[in-house]
Amino acid sequence: MSMIVLQDIIYILLLIGLSIPLGIYIYKVMSGEKVFLTRIFAPVENGIYKIMGVKSNEEMGAKKYALSALAFSGVGLFFVWLLQLLQGILPFNPARIQSASWHLAFNTAASFVSNTNWQAYSGENGLSCLTQFLGLTVQNFVSAATGIAVLFALIRGFVFRKKTTIGNFWTDLTKITLYVLIPISFVLALVLVSQGVVQTFSPYKEVTMLESGAAQTIPLGPAASQIAIKQLGTNGGGFFGANSAFPLENATPLSNLLECLSLLLIPCALCVSFGKAVKDSKQGKSIYITMMILFVVALGITTISEQYTGPAFDGVVASGSMEGKEVIHGVGASSLWATATTAASNGSVNSMHDSFTPLGGMIPMFLMQLGEIVFGGVGSGLYGMLAFVLLTVFIAGLMVGRTPEYLGKKVEPYDMKMVCLIILTPLMFTLLGTAAAVSMPDITSWLTNSGAHGFSEILYAFSSMGNNNGSAFAGFTANTVFTNVVGGIIMLLVRFIPMVAAISLAGNMAKKKSVAVSEGTLSTTNTMFVGLLIGVILIVGALSFLPALALGPIADYFTMR
Amino acid sequence: MTKTMKILRPAVMCFLAMTVVCGIIYTAAVTGIAQLLFPNQANGSIITITLKDGTQKDYGSALIAQKFTGAQYMIGRPMGTTNLSPVSKEQKKLVQERIDWLHSLDPDNTADIPMDLVTKSGSGVDPNITPEAAEYQVARIARERGMNEDDVRAIISKYTTGRFLGIFGEPAVNVLKVNLALDGLL
Repeated sequence: MSMIVLQDIIYILLLIGLSIPLGIYIYKVMSGEKVFLTRIFAPVENGIYKIMGVKSNEEMGAKKYALSALAFSGVGLFFVWLLQLLQGILPFNPARIQSASWHLAFNTAASFVSNTNWQAYSGENGLSCLTQFLGLTVQNFVSAATGIAVLFALIRGFVFRKKTTIGNFWTDLTKITLYVLIPISFVLALVLVSQGVVQTFSPYKEVTMLESGAAQTIPLGPAASQIAIKQLGTNGGGFFGANSAFPLENATPLSNLLECLSLLLIPCALCVSFGKAVKDSKQGKSIYITMMILFVVALGITTISEQYTGPAFDGVVASGSMEGKEVIHGVGASSLWATATTAASNGSVNSMHDSFTPLGGMIPMFLMQLGEIVFGGVGSGLYGMLAFVLLTVFIAGLMVGRTPEYLGKKVEPYDMKMVCLIILTPLMFTLLGTAAAVSMPDITSWLTNSGAHGFSEILYAFSSMGNNNGSAFAGFTANTVFTNVVGGIIMLLVRFIPMVAAISLAGNMAKKKSVAVSEGTLSTTNTMFVGLLIGVILIVGALSFLPALALGPIADYFTMR
Repeated sequence: MTKTMKILRPAVMCFLAMTVVCGIIYTAAVTGIAQLLFPNQANGSIITITLKDGTQKDYGSALIAQKFTGAQYMIGRPMGTTNLSPVSKEQKKLVQERIDWLHSLDPDNTADIPMDLVTKSGSGVDPNITPEAAEYQVARIARERGMNEDDVRAIISKYTTGRFLGIFGEPAVNVLKVNLALDGLL
């Protein structure tokens, strides 16, 4: 256990240490300052603007910004859907994979466009190489970039005074992709290959097994390039079915460390960028601290549960629960990943969450249900958290009878409506989806486990899709018409309703004049505020999900022995 | 119509540009450099062995487990995945079957079995076992092969990897490499 604690502490220190310079770098990129990559990428950037026919300095209002984001995602949705329907007759298909069914293709397209990466298909058996790199890898980049773009639109809303615009979606998207996502992914992908993560267009390799002499097929593909952005962009969709538990996707303790760091790196860095952008680093710091506190508590509970509440078998050495975990990761690195991947809306896994102990599996589920705001998705996590900040400011304002304000902007009824849309949409669809699924007549045949754990499989699935996470209790049979269609629609709604609400909020905030800070202004940077914010987040999450959790993991825990 | 086109045209063009940059150029660049710098790893860490007659044979990937059942071989983790709750009755039954099988392979060994030998991994093809699980099997392998136990241990330790920087991950023994070495192939 002491090794696990040490590993966790050093992981967190590395994460914080890397996030600060990266956050400053992202701020510079987004505010148009020159960075060391400007020389290389500026011509490409300008070329892309030319192709698009947009002027990089043209500012957009909220409506145009939102429509652009929606149109761009819509084009992506259609393309990825079509690509899967046609993959059987298209090139770069060494494993001769068939075209996908319409509903599975829709689910997968919705999943990757919404930065969820829920996978109802099985990685290496469901999609051709072409679909993976031309469809999914691209969405891994651009869905992440879309989230970050919207975050910066919202930040501009707080910063701008009496303006009708909030930036330009196309330049935001292009800058993030070119200057942030591609360079880091490129370096990460190559380091991963050095560890044994595959990167090739060769067909699957046939080998002869040592003892039996029988043939074994080693699945290959351009995996590392996709895995790098899958981790960095809080996407999470594995190249292979077993995701980063699969050794050819995550080969060594070093590759695991790097993949696990890149899970949270950009969401952490964005807290720093936020502080820089609003010219008050303390604002970013208080949000960063809030997220980190929730993360550390969650990590502690998951790890302790996996280490100490696992099963005991006669004649077997008592140790942490190892079902569904790889030897090189053990309980420590598996629990760390499970917590990080659900705190961020990543959803990649290096162990099977379905085989976690009841409470060890509940924490990842609850982190998703909180709305993916403990770091959360790149961009979307922070704009979700800012909605909670506004809610907290609003509640505190009601208590003292003052008009609430945040960053010098008054928070008014329209703003609170948008905040409610951001906060309530995911949790509503999570519960509705779960309820619809349990009322399906043949639901039990979709489950691997029975009883309370079976219900947990359903609740986890819709918590995952309903919050754009993408991880699964993989015993749940996801590839059914019902889950594909309903889940696909839910993933789109919970991604784009809050996104449009955040952009509208930005537009409304940008129009306002700034009010001077007075003695009566609630500080949003002190310890008390962090405590209030944590309280509001936990109350909203607990009120919404405690009944469902009681029927799933909590019942599972109390009935286990 | 023109208003729609004003939004849609950049959306389509931007999407195409991003597909070329992120889908094609990025993927091709990573593949090219990876193949140049790390050809073995990029292609699946295949273990190719030149046999005595000069022919080459691919014995598997160092990262993908193979099933071993003979008492003279080091046994790896059970293959496949279950997604079962670790505290379920179904799991208990399966684990008991695995315990019984390991006991039938080596009836004299009454030591407690390390957890990883009776549980399935997440990938279903975990190529490693813990050093404890390897040590548990040393006496049996040595006896079956007429080898010295310390020689078996030497092979195991040769194919054991530690934590990264002594901190991250867990020590592990690569089952396929040990068995190839036991057979004198590696």
